[in-house]
Amino acid sequence: MEKLIILIVIILGAIALAQLIRVYELSSKLRKSGEHEINNKDNHINGLLMFVFMILTFVGFFYLMLKYGWTGRGTAASTQGVETDWLLNLNFIIILIAYFITNFLLFYFSYKYVRKPGVKAYFYPHNNKLEMIWTIVPAIVLAVIIILGLKSWTKITSPAEADAIRIELFAKQYDWTARYAGLDNELGKYDYKLTTDNNELALITSNTIDSSIAIMSKEILSLTKLLNNRDTILNDSVIVVRKNTLSVKERLFRLVTQIKENHDKKADAAVWDDIIQKDTLYLCKGENYEFNLRARDVLHSAYFPHFRIQMNAVPGMTTRMKLTPNMTTEQMRAEKNNPNFNFVLMCNKICGGAHYKMKMIVVVKDKASYKKWMAQKNKETFKMKYFPAAAEIATPKDSLIIKPLI
Amino acid sequence: MASTAHEEHGHGHDHGGDHHHHEEHFVSKYIFSQDHKMIGKQFLMTAVFMGVVAMLLSILFRIQLAWPGESSDFLSFFLGEQWAPNGVLKEDMYLGLVTIHGTIMVFFLLTGGLSGTFSNILIPLQLGARDMASGFLNMLSFWFFFASSLIMLGSLFIETGPAMAGWTIYPPLSALPQAVSGSGLGMTLWLISMVIFIAGSLIGSLNYIVTVLNLRTKGMTMTRMPLTIWAFFVTAILGVLSFPVLLSAALLLTMDRLAGTSFYLSDIVVGSEMLANHGGSPILYQHLFWFLGHPEVYIVLLPALGLSSEIIATNSRKPIFGYKAMIGSILAIGFLSFIVWGHHMFITGMNPFLGSVFVFTTLLIAIPSAVKVFNYITTLWRGSLVLTPAMLFAIGLVSTFISGGVTGIILADSALDIALHDTYFVVAHFHIVMGMSAVFGMFAGVYHWFPKMFGRMMNTRLGYVHFWITIIGAYGVFFPMHFVGLAGAPRRYYDSTVYNEFDQDTFAMIMDLNVIITIFAIFAALGQLLFLFNFFYSIYRGPKAPQNPWDSTTLEWTTPVEHLHGNWPGALPEVHRWPYDYSKPGSDVDFIPQNVPLAKGEEEH
Repeated sequence: MEKLIILIVIILGAIALAQLIRVYELSSKLRKSGEHEINNKDNHINGLLMFVFMILTFVGFFYLMLKYGWTGRGTAASTQGVETDWLLNLNFIIILIAYFITNFLLFYFSYKYVRKPGVKAYFYPHNNKLEMIWTIVPAIVLAVIIILGLKSWTKITSPAEADAIRIELFAKQYDWTARYAGLDNELGKYDYKLTTDNNELALITSNTIDSSIAIMSKEILSLTKLLNNRDTILNDSVIVVRKNTLSVKERLFRLVTQIKENHDKKADAAVWDDIIQKDTLYLCKGENYEFNLRARDVLHSAYFPHFRIQMNAVPGMTTRMKLTPNMTTEQMRAEKNNPNFNFVLMCNKICGGAHYKMKMIVVVKDKASYKKWMAQKNKETFKMKYFPAAAEIATPKDSLIIKPLI
Repeated sequence: MASTAHEEHGHGHDHGGDHHHHEEHFVSKYIFSQDHKMIGKQFLMTAVFMGVVAMLLSILFRIQLAWPGESSDFLSFFLGEQWAPNGVLKEDMYLGLVTIHGTIMVFFLLTGGLSGTFSNILIPLQLGARDMASGFLNMLSFWFFFASSLIMLGSLFIETGPAMAGWTIYPPLSALPQAVSGSGLGMTLWLISMVIFIAGSLIGSLNYIVTVLNLRTKGMTMTRMPLTIWAFFVTAILGVLSFPVLLSAALLLTMDRLAGTSFYLSDIVVGSEMLANHGGSPILYQHLFWFLGHPEVYIVLLPALGLSSEIIATNSRKPIFGYKAMIGSILAIGFLSFIVWGHHMFITGMNPFLGSVFVFTTLLIAIPSAVKVFNYITTLWRGSLVLTPAMLFAIGLVSTFISGGVTGIILADSALDIALHDTYFVVAHFHIVMGMSAVFGMFAGVYHWFPKMFGRMMNTRLGYVHFWITIIGAYGVFFPMHFVGLAGAPRRYYDSTVYNEFDQDTFAMIMDLNVIITIFAIFAALGQLLFLFNFFYSIYRGPKAPQNPWDSTTLEWTTPVEHLHGNWPGALPEVHRWPYDYSKPGSDVDFIPQNVPLAKGEEEH
């Protein structure tokens, strides 16, 4: 019923408008002026409105700027961010000058040079000197912007310092996992085929390979059994899907056995001491960090708005970025006068329905409390947490490997 | 005085040739028409419809952004229980709306609607040609466009929802139905629709190029062509060179989806399912996509700039300033647009050195753009401006082109892009510079050439109201949006209230601005109803158009108001001068049409 009333109102509104137009047209017919003849009054009013509009946009801009404090970005909390913000402010001033001058001229001319009776337009087809000026001046300004921009860019993207702490950020729908490189500051190797519930990051050790093989064999076996069982009746499309699944699993199985063949046990150590950290990422003020980024399913983007850094996480390849936090969470809380404030790592590449929820709180500590936290964490290595019995089952039993039946 | 001049020129050729008016069948006249004017109108109608749909979609998701989680009758009315249970938008559908809004706006409204409509109507008319080089291919180009529009619209109504990976449909998200529901049938329909769209666009573009090169009337040299034609010409070339690359990108994606190939997929575990794909790269897709995607920006913008050049010159009663420089900048922009695509990919994991190269090429594009802006402003200087609705929109275009262009300088700077990439700052930037400019150009074109298209005039007063609502709405939406982006808010977030969990000040700022933005968006959308009313009302009831309503110099105004197949009843007009002889010293009238021979002792500009 409500919808019907709304519909009727809309239709009546349209009819009313049509009638108004009709009256207007009849009256302009009486005045013998067509729609194409813009009278001086209309012309003047619109010219004036152009100028007023310009003033309103300028005032609106200043209002927003004053209300939110220049760009509304707050203080940058990393050395990279400080540099970026400096450059951003500089560029901002340049573009604002260009914006105000050109918009002013545009709207002012639209107002000033509105047709006036008896004044003819000035025939002015070109002027090479003027055109040279406004080709060369922007070119020079842009040259400055490019040089400064590239200088920062090279600095921010250059390889990390040798002593940088290595952390891997692992992205999947819809959470982040961090992996600290541990005491040796070396991130252990991984291969996505080793992903299991107990080894979400698919790290390569003799044990993880073996448990993967065990799990895969089991799955292949049960699938084969299902397909070969004469008592179960499956419809054709299900059979096709199952057979496809089986062939994918077999292929992966063969590849994992290859990993096993090529695996050097000495590499295990680099993995065992890695520390897997969920929920909150702890960083230390003043330390250099080198992040390696990895995605399990689709594209994600590791975006730290307060540190002004960002990099995509791409399935199938590792990307990297560096960071040097220069403010602790406490310092930022004090500055913002907000005890609930926290740094954050967000996902900034569309990754599915709950994309907007994918985040990790980041806490930057000062050296002393970070050391304390790390000392505790060093007892919770990958090995201790997920494969506490690793030493005992280091030599795999051949019986675990079951040849799939085809 | 002015009106007598055009009367003479307008009817100068009426008696030269034989009139053979044959009654055309309804189907061949209105549906399977091969007449460029009718095809142009078909493009326009389809695009306007698509534009209205895309605008409605944007209002739907703007409501969610301003009042997240609140029940809305408006949402439940359009989306029903499945996608908006209890009037609250579903997460997946939010992404679907965003994706289809972007796709329709970029491809169907601004590519099909702008270049399709005005290239078709103006190329033959302004060049003095009877029709396009191939009427049949032209018709085919429209019908491909129409079919692809239907498929794209249809994808909104399927059970699993439309494509949801953003209008850029980056794999692996777009390749894996396990990752998001829209990557099932919805994505397939998206790809089919785009393949058909690209085919239609290619046929159309080739036709435009051939027509411009071969069918210019006597005396119409390349440097006597109106800037509109230059813009359409370069646009068509960009389309021909870049759209096939999108086709290949889409084709490889289709293979990944259906044939089990691994062009874009590598080492993926989605949910608990491990895929065997190995060796592909999502970055490859991005390179292919943006190789079209960036020229696409200029495919959208150049026609708008071309239209506004013509409209600003005509209504300033002055020649466009620096005609040759304008052509030069169109060519420069066209060329540069092919070597800047990497600026969309600074933080994708592409080699930083390659990024530096793209910073350089991208910022170069600011130079021809600046030249264009200064030339427009100088054209206004000491003009005798007639502020028709078309003129207002054209000036509005220059303004948005500046306001959106300057923020492009920030985003093109890779070091700054790190922090601003994929935030609302980007959204604000490209909506102003590409969306608003192109839409303003399109409105300007419709108001200006409406008399040529339909033989009637649109209502000027409504046009004024429409303009003021639109520009106030546009700036009201996108100006504050820059601040949302600078504050750090990521785009494509269903709900920015997550900020409340860690940064309450920024949360308050984002939410305040989001409400303001949505209110302006609704205001601007309602303003478009005035346009729609004016448009359709004037088609049927508008006052009859005079021969040359804007006292313009170009050839289209020498054709009779009543359309006829072949455009000119007699011989084709002959061109003797450039198209911008407005207020020429020594002339009594303030415009001299192109088909008027040079007077004794008169010099060509």
